[in-house]
Amino acid sequence: MTNTGSGSPDKEPATADQAARMALDNTERAEPTSQQPPERPALGRLFVENLWAANTLTVTVLSLLLAMVVGGILMIVSDPDVLGTYSYFTARPGDALNASWTLVSEAYTNLFKGAILDPDAVGLTAALSPISETLTYTAPLVFTGLSVALAFRGGLFNIGAQGQATMGVIAAGLAGFLLPLPAGLHLLVAVFAGAVGGAVWGFIPGILKARTGAHEVINTIMLNYVAAYFLVWLIVQNGVQDPNRTDAISRPVDASAQLPRLFGDNLRAHAGIILAVLVTWAVAWLLNRSTLGFELRAVGSNPAASRTAGISVTRTYVLIMVFAGALAGLGGSQMVLGTTAAALTPLVVAQIGFDGILVALLGRVKPWGVLLAALLFGALQAGGNRMQSYSGVSLELVTVLQALIVIFIAAPALVKAIFQLRAARAARPQTSLAKGW
Amino acid sequence: MSTMAVDDVAVAPVNEGFWTRNRKAGLVLTALGLLAVLLFTTLATGEPARFTLSEDASGATLKINGTVGAALFGAVALAAGVAILAGLPTRWFTLVLGVGLVGFVVSFLCWQVSTAPAGQNFMPLVNIVRGTFILALPLIFGSLAGVLCERSGVVNVAIEGQLLMGAFSGALFGSLSGNLWVGLIAAAIGGTFISLLLAVFAIRYLVDQVVMGIVLNLLAVGITGFLYERLMQPDPAKYNSAPRFSDWEIPLLSEIPVLGPALFAGNIFLYLGLLLVLVIHIGLFRTRWGLRTRSVGEHPTAADTLGVRVLRLRYRNVLLAGAVAGIGGASYTLALFSFTKNMIGGKGFIALAALIFGRWSPTGALLAALFFGFADQLATYLSAINSAIPSQFLAMLPYLATILAVAGLVGRVRAPAADGKPYIKG
Repeated sequence: MTNTGSGSPDKEPATADQAARMALDNTERAEPTSQQPPERPALGRLFVENLWAANTLTVTVLSLLLAMVVGGILMIVSDPDVLGTYSYFTARPGDALNASWTLVSEAYTNLFKGAILDPDAVGLTAALSPISETLTYTAPLVFTGLSVALAFRGGLFNIGAQGQATMGVIAAGLAGFLLPLPAGLHLLVAVFAGAVGGAVWGFIPGILKARTGAHEVINTIMLNYVAAYFLVWLIVQNGVQDPNRTDAISRPVDASAQLPRLFGDNLRAHAGIILAVLVTWAVAWLLNRSTLGFELRAVGSNPAASRTAGISVTRTYVLIMVFAGALAGLGGSQMVLGTTAAALTPLVVAQIGFDGILVALLGRVKPWGVLLAALLFGALQAGGNRMQSYSGVSLELVTVLQALIVIFIAAPALVKAIFQLRAARAARPQTSLAKGW
Repeated sequence: MSTMAVDDVAVAPVNEGFWTRNRKAGLVLTALGLLAVLLFTTLATGEPARFTLSEDASGATLKINGTVGAALFGAVALAAGVAILAGLPTRWFTLVLGVGLVGFVVSFLCWQVSTAPAGQNFMPLVNIVRGTFILALPLIFGSLAGVLCERSGVVNVAIEGQLLMGAFSGALFGSLSGNLWVGLIAAAIGGTFISLLLAVFAIRYLVDQVVMGIVLNLLAVGITGFLYERLMQPDPAKYNSAPRFSDWEIPLLSEIPVLGPALFAGNIFLYLGLLLVLVIHIGLFRTRWGLRTRSVGEHPTAADTLGVRVLRLRYRNVLLAGAVAGIGGASYTLALFSFTKNMIGGKGFIALAALIFGRWSPTGALLAALFFGFADQLATYLSAINSAIPSQFLAMLPYLATILAVAGLVGRVRAPAADGKPYIKG
């Protein structure tokens, strides 16, 4: 589905992946081994050589490493006790280094234990718990990440995934507790409502872009806030607010509209992650195999040429934003139909829209890449929770890590310079999606 | 190496037949006028709508019957709208549009104030004007930061992060040193830090500027939130109790009714903000630096040919913008509140809206910021008098207004030509 395994990127038509590369990706995308002709000697040696070249995987791993180093420094600086040991650093450097190492390594160990595997866990439920948490956080991020990535490929920057997810959560939530429907159908209707809610919110900037040329970045930013205020207003209306509560919370979603849990009632992982994988596949198919996907990528690469070739740029822009909105809306629906929350609150959407932007960038705006990036972000989130409760390191560190990772992968040249990486074989001139307002 | 920046094409040509932009605006204004005359007048009561020239119900008052006021000022809006529709000469357009909009707002206020519960049917103008300026302050600093950046061709979506970092470092270092001025300088440096990242990554590493801005906002939220929970929350006395600038009254000028107490009895940030608007306006349009900045933002290649060092100028302006926004952030923590997590809460994006709404000019940004500040203050006032209008809808106003503005319904909005496009000498 992705371009993995394709030939040398140089020979690919510029239209196919120009948008994908954007500003952030001037590195190798293909697997190190797959781009060499088979008769070249010593596959193993090539692999080792390419490992230290600036390919996507290496840059991503090193970015993660760099981000964790900066995160560690932040932890040390903000801990008065550890910082105190630095005041006599010249006399007994061991103290300071030991204290710092203990602090940072414990925090990151807890991050790992909370995200992937806790070796001390007893029983199947406890062992599965970290993975379950990770998948719970991953599911909505896949959708918002795909939303941003799809729009990127069409040459549009969808910063509005947050607003579209908000409209999605509203529509899904309303359908979830207002419609009296039988079990299976109710869930389908609620999920579909979420997609429609997001699609409507995506349609607005799409049509404005197509008709008036109004920049989608500005409009989607503004619509994010309109949606947020709309949610705050809606929650306290009669018929929506929980009659037993005085604070801003809606009635809970009916059990018949909730996504089924995957690993039993004690673990939070729900069917949303399965839907996420299916939708990833669908988006990959749409982008790479369908006529619409071809038109979308063509418009993303060069709108003028696409119009000359007979593609309706107006229609494509609107469709891109409707699809992107629907994806983000699906992500929003996970927040209220899944196990994260059962009712609408002002903060029910959390940050999934903005995180989706990071996920899309980290996933190099390719569907399966987005899925993996969402998995990493979900793991960081899940691990961050444990880090907060066990090591007392604020969950905000996860936000810092996520932002730093994306900053580093966005500037591969910087990572290359820091680690003295060899330039990848097909280092290309940097392309840019930047169009200004 | 060259950038293959994709040109932004106008997808559908704007048809400039009978329905010019002016006429469209006239149509909107006529619709608003009709709304005021029909709806507001019907809903308003015969109670007097009082606008007091003080902070409470006492003192001099402008008084008008609610129904009469709503009808009268609604008619003003309607007349202005019809006049524009009928084909008013362009040089009168802005003035008449302004009068019409003010008429609409006053008509709305007459309705709202006259329906307020007994004893509350007055609007303290001093409060409203002062509140407008206070709420507009971070927007003024933020949008000025945007002007500095974007006029030289660097998109600044990171205003939110710059404000937040300024607020945070102002609070932190102000508390640690116990000195206002140290706090102020630290705030400027905090904003500059975010700007530095923006500049280095956008100019040196050619990262997409909008992407970078969004990521930097998240980074600022993360870093300040993290340090807040680690330092400020456990020990607020040491880390989060910055001294605050007191209000400085300017003698004589502060005696002017309504405007005096609002404008000339504020803190240093109010004066600094207004002064900066003036300085940046003059700087941008009357000095060599301003000419170079604008030329770099419009056509960097031409500027480079003439010997302007494009990248250096961009670096300098982006850093300057960070300092301005950082001080704007300190207008919270060194004057009003102590630092809390994510305390800017979207003001940076409203500042961005003000920048666009004000068409990338300092004075325009000031007016837009004041308009948005007024909408904010009005929302507070209306919820205090138990208005039927939900405050959330008033809070949406700046965002909706910006969407209308960029969609071309209210005048023409055009960004500097090279805004957001990295420059590579070649």
